[in-house]
Parts: sequence; structure tokens; C-alpha cells
Amino acid sequence: MPLFTRQHDLIARAATALLAVGVLSGAAAYAYFSHPLVIDVGYQPHQPVPYSHKLHAGNLGMDCYYCHNTVEKAAHAAVPPTETCMNCHVRVKPESPLLAPVRASYKTGQPVEWVKIHKVPDYVFFNHSAHVNAGVSCVSCHGRVDQMIEVKQVQPLSMGWCVDCHRNPAAKIRPTELVTNLAWTPDRDPAEIGRELIAQKKIAPPVNCSGCHR
Amino acid sequence: MADLAIKSPEMLDEVTPRLVQGNSTYRSLTEDISRIVEKGTPIQWWMAFLPSVAIAGMMFAMLGYLVITGIGVWGNNSPIGWAWDITNFVWWIGIGHAGTLISAILFLFRQKWRTSINRAAEAMTLFAVACAAQYPLFHTGRPWRAIYWLFPLPNTDLNMWQNFRSPLEWDVFAVSTYGTVSALFWFVGLVPDLATLRDRATGVRAYVLGFASLGWRGSARHWRHYEMAYLILAGLSTPLVLSVHTIVSFDFAVSLIPGWHTTIFPPYFVAGAIFSGFAMVVTLMTVARWSLQLQHLITTKHLENMCKVMLATSMIVGYAYGTELFIAWYSGNPYEQFAFANRALGPYWWSYWAMVSCNVITPQIFWFKKCRTSVPIMFVASIFINIGMWFERFVIIVTSLHRDFLPSSWGYFRPTYVDILTFIGTMGLFMTLFLLFIRFLPVIAISEVKGVLAQEDHVTKHGHGAHH
Repeated sequence: MPLFTRQHDLIARAATALLAVGVLSGAAAYAYFSHPLVIDVGYQPHQPVPYSHKLHAGNLGMDCYYCHNTVEKAAHAAVPPTETCMNCHVRVKPESPLLAPVRASYKTGQPVEWVKIHKVPDYVFFNHSAHVNAGVSCVSCHGRVDQMIEVKQVQPLSMGWCVDCHRNPAAKIRPTELVTNLAWTPDRDPAEIGRELIAQKKIAPPVNCSGCHR
Repeated sequence: MADLAIKSPEMLDEVTPRLVQGNSTYRSLTEDISRIVEKGTPIQWWMAFLPSVAIAGMMFAMLGYLVITGIGVWGNNSPIGWAWDITNFVWWIGIGHAGTLISAILFLFRQKWRTSINRAAEAMTLFAVACAAQYPLFHTGRPWRAIYWLFPLPNTDLNMWQNFRSPLEWDVFAVSTYGTVSALFWFVGLVPDLATLRDRATGVRAYVLGFASLGWRGSARHWRHYEMAYLILAGLSTPLVLSVHTIVSFDFAVSLIPGWHTTIFPPYFVAGAIFSGFAMVVTLMTVARWSLQLQHLITTKHLENMCKVMLATSMIVGYAYGTELFIAWYSGNPYEQFAFANRALGPYWWSYWAMVSCNVITPQIFWFKKCRTSVPIMFVASIFINIGMWFERFVIIVTSLHRDFLPSSWGYFRPTYVDILTFIGTMGLFMTLFLLFIRFLPVIAISEVKGVLAQEDHVTKHGHGAHH
């Protein structure tokens, strides 16, 4: 009496096929669910203060530079200190209950603990000033923040996404004075404008490893 | 004229010792090898296995700590960006080479003495590759992303291919091919023996072995296909013996670092790999034949042959050390001269001379037949060679890096406790896998040893040599 009969062939084949399907779908699931497009885009943490970018940057038309005042000079984009808020809010809505945490921070000197949304890994050296001065608009990476009540991440910020633009930056380059104009719509092909600026300012984004990883 | 005729089988045995000793028959061979895996687990096995598992567990704990904290927990730092991790990687990969040489090249050259050691040596190859693979994988810091960094898979995550001009990428292909072909070769060789075990087993065991032996019935057709498959795999593995360590040496030789940038590296590395691999086979086999009572199958002749291989490869390695020094002087290149003078006389002089005394001086004892046939002596010498070959890689890697072109970036490498425990841990992993192997699989290729027995019976019965 043999150990295995012909029926077992079917079982073995079915098991092999099942295993193959399992491995392949496992690999596909890993590729999909570990992708920044899936795990990072749409990240919208709750902030300690119900601050609306739509109200300030959109409706009131405040320039990004007013609060994020280091972006064209430094690698790091500053999150404003409480004092920047209080420049206006000592007079504007000084009693609003929504602003209670800001007033508390102003009084105690304890900064408001804003939650950071746009993160790149610690082995990536991203420089805001390099991008802003080249003419890459805030909107390219952060989206229409002027239309967001609470800010959320709209781009994957993955390496592939960075590299795409570094290889072909023309469509994302605009005159520097228009960098914070998130609603800007050019009257001609933006790539054409970009190409002229690239030639004029000799913009050459690095695509070698040490451009971003040191 | 002296009478050189061989008049009796005893005389023949003295000239060419038989590869299977004692009164072995086909039945007794099957019995001797199968009983090792069939009888109850000996207490000694547990005494070896439990500490090995604990040490392997320590390795995983250290690697887990590394993943959580970052690779800064290792001692490598500028200018010594590669240290124990790559040293251990090359050391383990090198150890694997004896298995492939024994199974492939000695097979093609019809070296019958390979049959009783090839199974264990091939297993050793696989386990050594498994240990080696830990290092480059975990040196990436994020091993779960490494699949995109190591293998050219299309992805929208990086939008970038590997640098195909980099020897590190060639290394990925070389080592993964090596691991795959070695595993296939090992498994194909196991099939007839698994069937032998299956036929002796009952219950669940029989089903497991029956599944693993792929329906082997030992028909003439099966044997014909088996031998063809085995020959093809031997043919595929043969270039790998040379190519894998050649490409590992390119990781260094293709760079421009004085001490690395030398054309002698490929043959030097291959010889060193075979040298260290045979040393590891001797270390393991001297213990295994004694603890498993296999002295009549793994005979003094087998061990003596391996000692001869070690002697020969030691001489090649020693010659390479000399050539490096000569070329450093002869090239007239001051950086090259500094690198080699610094190797032998600089802050790492102790590692250089540990290497020379273990790799070049120690094996010279194998000129003497007494040493080649003494199990304790060769066991101790093989351990020295294992140590010496580790130092060789350490010397090449660390001493070349610790003196940069700029004296302001000079440094001195000190391993952290994570470095040390991870390395000890890989030995635990290796021993765990090897002990599982000798517990559950036939440690000697039963069918192949039977082939040798048949031939020797033939030679003895028909008085081969007596009519010379």
C-alpha cells in the first residue's frame, strides 16, 4: 500500500498553487500597504489649538512667510512661537475660548505642542531655503493649505516622489515672488516658465545619493 | 629490483586506505546512518542544542535592538564605516565554500572521498550563508525595506534602480545565486536518502519523509534523472566556487582605498575561502564522527585529504600576503607602501601577526603525516585557522580604513558589546541549524557511500593491482 495515492497529487498541486497565490498576494499587500501613498497621504492629526489655515491664509490672505518666517533663509521651516499668534490676538478675539491654550502658553511660556505632519526620515536632509529660493511653491509639497481648516498631508513625500521632481523640475519652478501664492495660475505653460527660470538661475537639482543623504 | 607488487588486499589498504572501513555492507551502512536520526534524542544533543538556541536568540535580540535603535549600536563610525559586520559576512561566506568545492568540483573530478563528507559540508554551506546574510541585511538598518535596495524590483517608492556598476550589487546576485543553487544541490542529493528513511519510518514521520522524498521509488528511470540533475547542478555550482568570493573581493578591490585596490584579491580571496571552509569542515567533522560513531565512514584518510587541502590553500594565502607586501614596495606608490607597512607594524600589528601565525605558520605542521592523521592536532589547528581567517578579513577591512588620506580623519575601531554578541550569536545560529540537521537528516549521503563501497568491493575481490 503506497503512502500517497493519485488523489494526493491533486492535494499537493492545490496546496502549491495556494502557497504561490498566498506568497504573491502577501508580497503585493506588503508593497501596497507599506507605500507612503497609502500610509502617509491623508495624515491629519488633531492639533492642540483649533487653528484654521483656511481662515488665516485663505480668507484673511495672510502670507505664509508671516508665521513660517525662516523658510527662505533656513533649512528648517519654523513653526511660529505663541508670541506670533499674540501679535494680533491680544486685540483680536482676546476672550475667545478657542484661544485659551494660546493664552495659557503666552502666560506660562510653555510652547503650544503642535503636531508635526510633514515628516521625512532622519537620514534625509531636506532644505526649505534651497527649494523656496529655486522657486518651488509651498503648494507643490503641502497642497492648498489655504483651503484646509485642519492641515493634512497631500503628497507621499516618498523618495520616488522627490526624485521625480528632481529629475524633471521645470513644471514646478515659478518666480520666487509667487512661491507663497498657492492659487497662482500661470497664463502659459508652467513648464515653459520653469525652463526659462532654470536656464536663468542655473537650477540643477541633485539626483546623486549625497544630494539628500549625507 | 625491489618487489613493488601488491600481493594482498591488506597491502593495498595500506597504500590506498579504503574509504569505507570495517565490515560494512549495504545493510549496515543504511543502519549506521539511519539510526542516528531514528533513535531517541541523546542527552548530549540537548546539552549542545539548548545553549546554541540561547546564543542564537541572543543574536536576534541584538539585531532587534539594532533595528529599534539604529546601526550606531555597532562600533563602526567614520572613517571605519565597515568593520565587524563585513568582516563576519566575508568570514561566513568563505566558510561556505568548502561545501560547494566538495560537492561540485570534487564530484566532477571523480574524487570518491568526497562522498562521506559532502552532505554535512553542503549543509554547512547553507547555514554559513544564512549567518552571512544577516550582516548586509541588518547593516541597511531597515531590513524590511532592503528588498527594494538590494533587488532590482520595479517600484514607485524609490523610483530608482540599484547602481549596477557597483560590486555591492553584484554581490547581491552572487550570494543569492550561491544560496539558491547550494540549497537545490543539497536537497536533490537528499532525495534518495529521504526515501530510505521513509521506507523505514511509520506514521506521521513516514508521511513527512514521503512528501519530502518527492515520490522517489528508486527505479532505473529515477536514478537516471537523478544523476543527470546532480551532474547539472554540480556543473552550475562549479563556477560559483570561484565567482562568489571573487565578487566578494570586488567589494574591496574595485574601490580606490590603498590596501583594497589590488588585482590579486580575487584568487587570494577564493583560496582563503576554501582554506577557511575546509578548516570549518574539519572542526565539525572531527567532533561529529566521534559523537555519532562514524569513524569507519569518515576515516583518517578523509581527514588527511582535508589537511592536505588546507596546507595547499594556506600556502596560496601566504604567497598572497607576500605578494601584497612586494607589490606595495615595487609599485613605488607611497600610499600603498604606507598601508602595508601600517598593517604589519601600525596600531593593528597584533591582528596582522595573529593572521600570519594562524594562517601561514600553523598549517605548516601538515607537512608531517603524524599531524595530518592526528585528530586532536588537526582539530586544534583547524580552530586556529578559523581564527586566522577571521583576522585576515579584519586586517583587510579595518586596517585599510582606519588610516584615511587625511590624517585628521584617522581613527581606531573598537567593537561594542552589540558587535561582539551579534557575532557570537551567529555562531549560535550556525550550531542550532547544524544540530537540527544532524538530528533530523542523514548526515552522510547513504546512497553515495554505497556507490563507493560497491567499487571498493569490486577492486578487492578481483585483486586490482595484483597483476602489476
